[in-house]
Order: sequence, then C-alpha cells, then structure tokens
Amino acid sequence: MKTFLKRWAMPFLGLFSLVLLWEGLAIAGIWPSYVLPPPTQVAAYLWDATCVDGTLLPAVWVTLKRLLIGYAIGVLAGIPLGLLCAQVRFFRDSVGTLALGLQALPSVCWVPLAIIWFGQTEEALLFVVLMGTVWSLIIGTQHGINNIPPIYVRAARTMGSHGLKLWVTVILPAAFPNIVGGMKQGWAFAWRSLMAAEIYVTILTGFGVGQLLHYGRELNNMAQVIGIMIVVVVIGLLADKILFSPWERMLRRRWGMDIPGGN
Amino acid sequence: MPDTSAHPPHHANPRIATELQNIAPSKLEVHRVSKTFRAFGTGELVHALDDVSLKVDEGQFVCLVGPSGCGKSTLLNLIAGLDQADGGDLLIDGAPITAPGRDRMMMFQDHALFPWLDVFGNVMFGLKLKPGLTDKERREVAKFYLKLVGLESFMHAAIHELSGGMRQRVALARALAPNPRVLLMDEPFGALDALTRENLYVDLQRIWSQRRKTILFVTHNIREAVCLGDRVVLFSPHPGKIREEFAIDLPRPRNINDTALAARSATITAALKQHLTHKEEVSE
Repeated sequence: MKTFLKRWAMPFLGLFSLVLLWEGLAIAGIWPSYVLPPPTQVAAYLWDATCVDGTLLPAVWVTLKRLLIGYAIGVLAGIPLGLLCAQVRFFRDSVGTLALGLQALPSVCWVPLAIIWFGQTEEALLFVVLMGTVWSLIIGTQHGINNIPPIYVRAARTMGSHGLKLWVTVILPAAFPNIVGGMKQGWAFAWRSLMAAEIYVTILTGFGVGQLLHYGRELNNMAQVIGIMIVVVVIGLLADKILFSPWERMLRRRWGMDIPGGN
Repeated sequence: MPDTSAHPPHHANPRIATELQNIAPSKLEVHRVSKTFRAFGTGELVHALDDVSLKVDEGQFVCLVGPSGCGKSTLLNLIAGLDQADGGDLLIDGAPITAPGRDRMMMFQDHALFPWLDVFGNVMFGLKLKPGLTDKERREVAKFYLKLVGLESFMHAAIHELSGGMRQRVALARALAPNPRVLLMDEPFGALDALTRENLYVDLQRIWSQRRKTILFVTHNIREAVCLGDRVVLFSPHPGKIREEFAIDLPRPRNINDTALAARSATITAALKQHLTHKEEVSE
C-alpha cells in the first residue's frame, strides 16, 4: 500500500496539481485561448479525435507502423554490421568509423536527402527512421563484443567451447547488455527522428501524428497541438515499456544491472 | 653396452624417455619450458618463465608460490593450453599439450562465472560440451557437484546474488563437473575474506581426498600453500624460475591456524625472502 502511494498516487497528485494550475491560468484569461487553451479543451479535442471524428487512432497506427518497420530494419541491419565491425579490421575502420561520425548527426538532417532520393513517400520516412536506428545498433554491438571480459572466453575454452558454439553460448550472451543498450538508444533516436520527419514533410500515402501536430499549428488549433504532444509522450513511454521491459527484467534478474546507457 | 632392458635410459627428450621407459608417465610434466611476452600497455618484454621443469604425480596437490609477476600463472595457462610455450615440452600423461582439454579444468581468481546463466546453468556449461551423456544424466551429475560444494539449494540463484565465497564454490563445481583428472587453480581464494577462505580450505581438502584429483594451485600466500599442498614450489621473478621445493608431510586434514603449520610456513617464507633479489611483497 505504501509503495503504491509512493509509486503511483503521489506522482499522480503532483501532476494533477500542475494541471489544476494550468486550468487556473487559462481561466484567468492572461493569455488568449489560442495561446494557452485550458486542459479541459485539450481533453475535449482528444475525445473528439478518438471517438467522434476518429482521426487520431488511424494516425497513431500509421506512425507506429513506420516506426516499427524502420526500427526493425535498423536492428536487423545494425547487429550483423556491428558484429562485422567487431571482428573484421576493415569493417571497423570503414563502417565503424562512419557509424561513430553519423551517430553525431541529428537524424532529422537526413530528411532533405531522403526526400530527394525517395520523394514524399513512406520509403523516405522509413529511411529516416533507419538512419536514426542503425548507427546506435552498430556501435552498441561492436562495443559489446569488443568489451567482453576476456576471462569468459578463456573459461569457456578450458571447458572445450570453440568456434560457432563459443559465439552463440558465450560471446553473444556476454555482449547482450551492451547490444540491448544500443537497441534502446536506437529506439529513442528513431522515435525522435520520425516525429521530426512527419512534422517537416507531408507524406501523401499516410497521415501520422506528426502531421496532425503540423496541421494543428496551420489551423491555429492549440488544443490539437498540445493534445497531440501528449499522445506523442504516451506512445513513446508505452512503446519503451512494451519493447524493453522484458529485456530490463532479464538484465535485473540475471546480471543484477540496468540497461547500459538507458534511463 | 648398457643393459637397456633392465635400466631404462635417461633421455634429454622427455617424450622419447617416456617411450623408452616401461613405467607410467607423470600426470603432468613440464620440461625446460620458457615463455616471454610483451606486457600489455607498456609493450615491455617480460621473461615470464625461464627453463622451468616440474613433474607432478597423479593425485598430488602442488602449490606454486611466489610474488606476483614470477610466472606461476603463466605456467598454469600453458598447462591449461590457453597459451603456447616458446620452448620446452608440456606433457599430460606423456602426451604433449597443444590445446585446452576436458582432462584439465581451470579456476580463476575472478570466478569467471557466466552472469547470463544461473548457478545450475553454469555447472551444466562444461557438461553440455562433454559427449556421451544424455541431458538427464548431465543434470544429475551437475546436482551431485552442487551438493558436493554445499550449494544444492542455490541451484536457480543468479550469480550476482551470491557472496564471493559462494561464487568460488560454484566455479569449483563447474570445474569439477566434467570430471577432469587435473584441476588448475589460479589464486582462486585471493579475493576472499579470511573466514570464507578458511571454510574453503576445509572443503577443498575434503573434495580433493574424496575425488583424488591432481591439483596445481597458484597462490602468493605461503600459509595457504602449506595448508593445502603436498608440495610447495617456490618461484622467483625476472625471469620466472623455480628456486626451491618443499615437501609438506603434515597430517591431513590441516587447519590453517595450526602452530606446526605456521612454523612450517615461516621457514618457507624465510627461504623465499633469500631467493628474492628485489624487495617483492610476499604475504605469509
């Protein structure tokens, strides 16, 4: 009971008091409602968009699909590339160095290039998400493999493990925390870059939440802008929980640690 | 013409000597082994082992003692087959050692248990690589060794949940599980507190006498070596060489706090100090 209070009830009350303050400020009329709409108006927009005109859920679906497909491609490409970088000198010098450089590039900077290459299509957005994901995965995987305590490999070798078996039963599991760390960072970058791209580019093949945010501004509908921002926060938190909490639990139980580099 | 049938000839090459002799070879034989390597970081050339020879019989408990950097761990790694010697021969049962083998299991100072497996999974690791057993049999064997080290009730615990002493017990069970004839122990108790160590001395002596393993035990603690070993072999560094050897004939099981044992280790400590040209740290 006490932990329930501490974990859920008190933060909820804290947040609720901020919403009340916001409501009070909005009602006081210091700023016009197109600058600061009251939270009730935002709630009304969210209710409308979900249940009445039904624009919100399809947009969420379009966004999630882009995110998951782009992210999945990024993971499937990034882990093997990271393994190659860890094992082969040439890949480390070429792809590994490139990954270090491009990870420093905010992935929204890929948007102009993506539009010229792919046009205003789904592929352009997938490409941006992929560019947000893949470098973190390469670096996380390479770092994970290269930083395995050498004693694990030595111990396994004395017990007769070698070759592919050594890779599957020792090297990959030992690198696992860092690979998950790379996956989590890649996820955060992918989500941010997709939002930037959706706000920035109108894609004719699907209408995502980023575009709803963009049109909220065009229509001067501040309630929509804030409402969609809340939706973006909620999707980000939920996806993070759903995707990473199994890994997180496993790391806690086995290793007694959190995801490296995660928060 | 000497009568070779009655008196087997001595031969400089131990492999030929073994072939010519009609007696069982030593369990382990290290013959004029040398090893140099470049130190990690500084790149300095380290003469870790210089012309080292040692014979160990089946079932013996041999402790290698010396200050850090005297090559005792290097020798253990060579016998484990993890590294290759620059010169000389390393033989197990008269056959040259070229790679790691299930007949020699190793324990490290850092327990080297795999955190992604639970206690049971760690003990099963080496067993799974051993052919000729069904999975059910492997599980039974693993349980036997966990019981032997007194951890059967911690089968499904995670490694990070165990104390340092318990981790080394699991590491011991993991090393024993594939039933090697030789156990190589590289300062396995070095990082443990005194009380935990004392319990492990008792258990290791019990397990050794029950399982009749040949044990090579590296330590820089002379008291520990006298408590455990049939023989204590003194190393000195720069370059790593065997200086002197002591046979320990104190009755077993031995207690580390025994006065006769303390007197014995004091003599050996004095001997080691004489061998050291530099002022290296040796703990009694």
